[in-house]
Order: sequence, then C-alpha cells, then structure tokens
Amino acid sequence: MTHQFTKDDVFYYANFARIAFSDDEAEQYAAMLSELDKFAERFEEVDTTHVEPMTHPLHQVNILREDVPTEILDRGDMLASVKEHEDGMIKVPNILA
Amino acid sequence: MTLFSKTATELQQLLHNREVSVKEITEDAFSRIADVEGNVQAFLTVTEQEAKAQADQLDNVPLEQRGPLFGLPIGIKDNIITKGTKTTCGSKMLEDFVPVYDATVVERVKNAGMVSLGKLNMDEFAMGSTTEHSAFQVTRNPWNLDYVPGGSSGGSAAAVASGEALFSLGTDTGGSVRQPAAFCGVVGMKPTYGRVSRYGLVAFASSLDQIGPLTRNVEDNAMLLSAIAGNDQHDFSSSSKEVSDYRKALTGDIKGLKVAVPKEFLGQGVDEAVKASVREALQVLESLGAVIEEVDLPHAKYGAPSYYVIACGEASSNLARFDGIRYGYRPEGVKNLEELYFRSRSEGFGPEVKKRILYGTYALSANQYEEVYVKAQKVRSLISQDFADLFQKYDVIVGPTSATTAYKLGETIFDPLTLYANDILTVPVNLAGVPAISVPCGASEGLPIGLQIIGDHFDEGLLYKVAHAFEQATDFKAGTPLVGEGQNR
Repeated sequence: MTHQFTKDDVFYYANFARIAFSDDEAEQYAAMLSELDKFAERFEEVDTTHVEPMTHPLHQVNILREDVPTEILDRGDMLASVKEHEDGMIKVPNILA
Repeated sequence: MTLFSKTATELQQLLHNREVSVKEITEDAFSRIADVEGNVQAFLTVTEQEAKAQADQLDNVPLEQRGPLFGLPIGIKDNIITKGTKTTCGSKMLEDFVPVYDATVVERVKNAGMVSLGKLNMDEFAMGSTTEHSAFQVTRNPWNLDYVPGGSSGGSAAAVASGEALFSLGTDTGGSVRQPAAFCGVVGMKPTYGRVSRYGLVAFASSLDQIGPLTRNVEDNAMLLSAIAGNDQHDFSSSSKEVSDYRKALTGDIKGLKVAVPKEFLGQGVDEAVKASVREALQVLESLGAVIEEVDLPHAKYGAPSYYVIACGEASSNLARFDGIRYGYRPEGVKNLEELYFRSRSEGFGPEVKKRILYGTYALSANQYEEVYVKAQKVRSLISQDFADLFQKYDVIVGPTSATTAYKLGETIFDPLTLYANDILTVPVNLAGVPAISVPCGASEGLPIGLQIIGDHFDEGLLYKVAHAFEQATDFKAGTPLVGEGQNR
C-alpha cells in the first residue's frame, strides 16, 4: 500500500535524519515523497511468498585477513579537514544544552 | 597540436617513437580544456600545475617500464577521493573537503602512469540523471549545449566527449555511467559489482555502487578497466577473481553469439528513433553471426520501486556520517551539538539529497521495514533470478541504454511512459549486480543514442568483445563534436 505523506510525517522522519524543515518546505517534501512512493504501488502485484530477501549482489561471506599492524594516516593530515580542533582533538559544541 | 582526437593506442605509439612527450600530451589536454570548458563546464577542479609537474617526471621513465596507459590524461568524478585535491561530491556539504588519502582506483591509475587532469562535475552525491543537481555548476552536452549531458556522471561523459580528457572514471548506482555515456556518445562500462574496489568512493548505496570507465572507444575502455579492476584488501566486497587483459577479448569474432532482446526494452515509452537505431544495431550483430531472440524480463518493471527503496535506504544510512564534526560543512555560531547536527545537514545538503534521505529513513523505520524495505529486497531477488535464468540460455542481453536522447536543460521529463521505460533499462542491472556497457549506435537530431549490452557476472571480456565487434562494423565511433562552434553530426 502506498503512503500519502503529510507535513507531520515529514517532521517525524526528518527528526530521525537530523534535518530541519520550515512548514512550507515540509508541505513540499510531503508531496514529493508521496509521488516517489507511488512507484511502490507496483509491489502489490508481485507475489514474494517464499522469496528470500537479497541483501547483496555477491555471496561472499566471512572475508577475513590477518590482524597485522599497518601504517595509519597521520593525525595532523586528518585534522587538516576539521573546522575546529585543539591539542590534536576535535572540538565540538556543548553536548548538554 | 591536436592530440585529443587520437586513441590511447595511437598516442602510446607516438610516445614510444618519441614523436610526442607526456608533457606535450598533457599540455594539449589543458589547451583543449581552455578552449571548450567555458561552454562544457565539466570540471569542478582542474589540477594543471600538479599534472604538468607529474608529466615532467613521467617523461624521464624509460620506455621499457611503461604500460599501455602510461602518460595519458584522465579526469576523475568528484565522488572518488583524491589525496590533496578537493573532493566535493557536487555538494555544499563537502565544498572544502580535501581528502588525506587516494581511492584505490586513483592509486591504480597513478601506478599505471596516467596523468589526472582534475575532478568532474556530478549530481550531488550521485543522486540524479542530468548533472543539474550539482551544487556548483551546470554541465552541458558537448553535442548540443542546450541539452544535459545525463548523469550522475555527466562531467565524466562530457569531458571525454568534448576531447578534454581521453579517459574518465564515473560511478554507476542506477545507470549513472551508462546513461551519460549514451547521451554524450561515448563508451561507458558499469562493471560487475565487486569487480572494482569501492575504497575511497564516497558511498551512496553500497550494495549497488560501482566505479566504471568512460572513453571514446571500446579498446581504451577495456584497457582502463584492466588497470583498475581486481581485489583490494581495503574493500572486502571486491572480488578476488582474476582480472584478464580485456584487450585480448577484442577479436571481432561474435559468430554464434546468443543475444536476448527483452520485449520490455523496446516497449512503450521508448522513443521511435531510439527503437529504430537499436533495431539497426541488432541487424549489424546478426550480420556478424549473432543469433537474436526476443525474450521476457518479467520483473524488470519492478526495478524502479525496488531501486528507490534500497538505494534511498542505504543512502540515508551512509549519509548519516555527515554531521558537521570531523569534516564537511559546519555552520557558525551553533549553541549545542544537536543544533550542529541539524544545521550542518539542513544547510549542507541540497533538496534531492534531502528527499532521498527522508524516503530512506521512512523505508527503514520500524513500522515500514518489513512491508517496504524487505519487500524491495525480495523483489530484488526476483529481478536477479530473471537475469540468471536468461544467462542460462543466452550470452548477452541487448537493448537501448536510455529511452530517449538527451533532455533539454531545465526540462523535467513528466511523461510517465518515458520515465517508466527509463527505469526498466538501467536499474535492474545494478540490482542484479551484473555488468553492462553502453556504446554509441546512432543519433537523432544531432544527439547520440546508446546501445546497452548486458552480461553475466564477471563477463566484462565478452561485453567488450561484442561492443568492439559492433563498433568496428559501424560508423558510430564517437568522434569529437565542435563544441560551441555550431553543432555537428
């Protein structure tokens, strides 16, 4: 069954995804998502009883390697892309408001 | 000098005979970029200084140490990370992101002695089919600048078609190498899932994404895939199956080849000119000794819903890493961590990306998981089984790459039949994880048409053989358009 998205649905899922929307945007996205979900109508006619879900195109399992130490990236290089850092550590704003 | 219209083999011969240097080839590429880039806008970053410095060094390497791709210019799609060179994914989120290591494919093209010219435009995080969803610029189709180059690897296709780069790398999650290759009249290969390492590719949908080469002819394409394919210990989903020298497959002999043509591929919604061109191509294959039969691909029509659910679900999870903390866009003046997350993501992502993250979040939510996400995965099994069944009897599956030629810039396709036809053509290939190649097979009103050849898992060699035999038997070798000087073809 396809889903008719409402503004409240958009706010509900957007909260999980940590994305903020204005009221107007939420209306627009509700319409876009309802449109996208129309595709799923076609699912209703497919019988998937006894069909296993396919999670991956290749059936490779338990690919393991020896646990040997290797060179890792330089901390200074990695911090170069970080907007705020201090004493080799990433700075974040207050966690508790 | 105008070296840009030559093939890799011709250039290699010139290098070998010392008639031309790597420096001259590199300079020629940048002079072509200077001439046409104002119109085409394929590059987000041009690395001219680095390339010229590299070319100088390469010229000192003795001939006997050089491979078939040595000294030749390549452009890289901007979702493949490059050490020390900005990698934006076409997104404001990564506008200033400078990676600290190279993707495996980048390392491999460097090891082959190729010279990187820079990074190529794309739809934001590879989500789109016109390259108009880039946060930075609109890339134009070199055959007609009023038209899109396709997408999401639009920059990769346009750069090769216009002669700016001899080679490029693109990525294909639902058709993003093949469709722009078709729109721009070049050769584009989506390899088997796992054939090419995804290490250093910014993930969109991890069970569908593959990196693939775009070139102006089949032989060049085969050479580049041989160089980048193969197991990589940094990507456990990469296959350890041996990689052959795909050039050896280009024998021209396809006598007895069994070709399946799914009825669904030439049905309603496919443009008449595209159908006519593909039918002519089938006659060419037949004249070369192939046996053509019409078949059914019964679950192909469920490819689109399955694809949207799975790709968006995986994207919503993959793109959760963009939180404004370690790298990427970070807004000023935030008061707490929660605000940092919300503002980074709301201000950093564009509308198409937000839509897909939301849809994926919905599909993966506890209430919908079984009914939507698992259902899509079951449908994926059925689609994959359709392909497996066909490959029991046939060697390759052939059809159009896209239902139409390139769209006009800014023109959204609303015709449901066309949309429907397009979804059937490329997406099922990614769901099944099989390889497919697009080769030019004609043109309509000056815009190229692509022929898609699909093979069984790890049958890239056979695809190159068929594509090459077709290419040699026809006049649709890509050619180079006179960008902005009046359109040709």
